[in-house]
This record gives sequence, C-alpha cells and structure tokens, in this order.
Amino acid sequence: MSDENGEGLSPIVKVISSMLFPFIMIFSFYVIMHGHLTPGGGFQGGAIGASAVVMLIVAFGARHTERRAGEEKLSAFESIGGTVFVVVALFGFIMAATFMSNFLVGTSVFGEIPPFGSNPGILNTGGILPILNFAVGMKVIGGLSAVVLAMALVSREDD
Amino acid sequence: MRKIAAIVFVAFFAFLLLAAYDMHDFGAPPSAMDDYVIENTQNETGANNAVTAVVFDYRGYDTLGEATVLFTAIAGVMVVLRRRGKNE
Repeated sequence: MSDENGEGLSPIVKVISSMLFPFIMIFSFYVIMHGHLTPGGGFQGGAIGASAVVMLIVAFGARHTERRAGEEKLSAFESIGGTVFVVVALFGFIMAATFMSNFLVGTSVFGEIPPFGSNPGILNTGGILPILNFAVGMKVIGGLSAVVLAMALVSREDD
Repeated sequence: MRKIAAIVFVAFFAFLLLAAYDMHDFGAPPSAMDDYVIENTQNETGANNAVTAVVFDYRGYDTLGEATVLFTAIAGVMVVLRRRGKNE
C-alpha cells in the first residue's frame, strides 16, 4: 500500500504523478518564457511549477520529497532568482541611464523589435523582460514549494 | 468609543461609495496614458504583451516590491516553521 516509511499514496498515484511531473514543469517553463508574447509570465508560470512540486509532496509524502529537494535547496533556488532580478535591474545603471531600463532592446540578445500590431510572436524580443520573467519564475517556484514543504514536514512531526 | 468607530466607518463607506459613483464608464479610456502604452509598447520594449511590458518595464519598481513581499513572506514562514534540533 505504501512505502517503507508508511508515507504517500498508492503506487498508481505515484506512477501517474511522476509521469506527469516533467510535462507540468515544461508547461511552466513555456508560460514563463513566453511571458512577453502570450498571457502569463513569471508569477503565473511559477505557480504552475510550484503546483507540480506540491503534487509530488502529496503523492510521495513530505519526507521523500525532502530527500530529493530539501526546503533549504528550494529556498536557495528562490534567492538565486531574486538576486538575478536585482542584478539585471542594476545593470541598467551601467548599460543605460536608469535603474531597470530596458537596455537589451536593439541588441542581438532578445533585442528584435516586432512589427507594429498583431504578429505571430517572435521569441527573440522583449529586451530584459524574458530574463526578469525567468528570475521571477525561479523565485515563485522555489518559494511556494519551500513553504508547502515546510508546512507538510511540520504537520508530519505532530503525528 | 464604539460610536466614534461606527461614525468613522459609515463616513468612510459613504466616501468610497461616492468615489465609485464618480468613476468613468467601464472600458472608456480616461487618460492619454492608455493610448501611449498601446502605441509605444512594441517599439520601446519589444514585447507583444503590453501587460507584461507594463508590469516588468514601465512599473518595474512595483514588481521589485512584489518580489520583496514574496521573499519576506517566505522568510517569515521559514523562521516560524523551522525544525529545532533537526541535525541532532
């Protein structure tokens, strides 16, 4: 019925959720990296990715998930995302005049300018927006899953 | 004390109601700012999604504050739910 620790749900749920996990993470990455083209962005895609981690916590139990990715690791992941956000924003001082100026527009990295109005959507546009979206996505994935993991571990200890 | 609180509450509620009554019609652009964003987003930021352009470029400070709120909330949860003596 359950594994050696008496944790987690039935094997059917475990197999299905471990099969679904990569697809949900790919969808989360898609929503994050297309944030400057389609509805969505860092916060929304990060919430999708964090829900995938929460699905693993529900299916496999908090202890098993902690062995694979502890909350310190997830918290460090979140801090890296926040640091990338601030560093990219500070680079605006060096590359352009102001904090958080979009200095990548017009360059070869994410710098194409799309035709005005409706267009199919070119991924290589947006300046610093894709980088900031990615940083915020890292922040939300790490932060939300670390909080849920910490809560699940504390509630297990009371048993 | 309760009477004063009730009076303040009713007055503030009436103020908010008046403000809501005075709002412009739904969907009617109130200022030139909307037209500016629609006209210039693709040239200035290169992003098709005007909402993302406003959130991350024109209002970047706001997003930085949002990220700080998230960070503070998670740090608070980690402090409260930390397990003592985990490594012993």
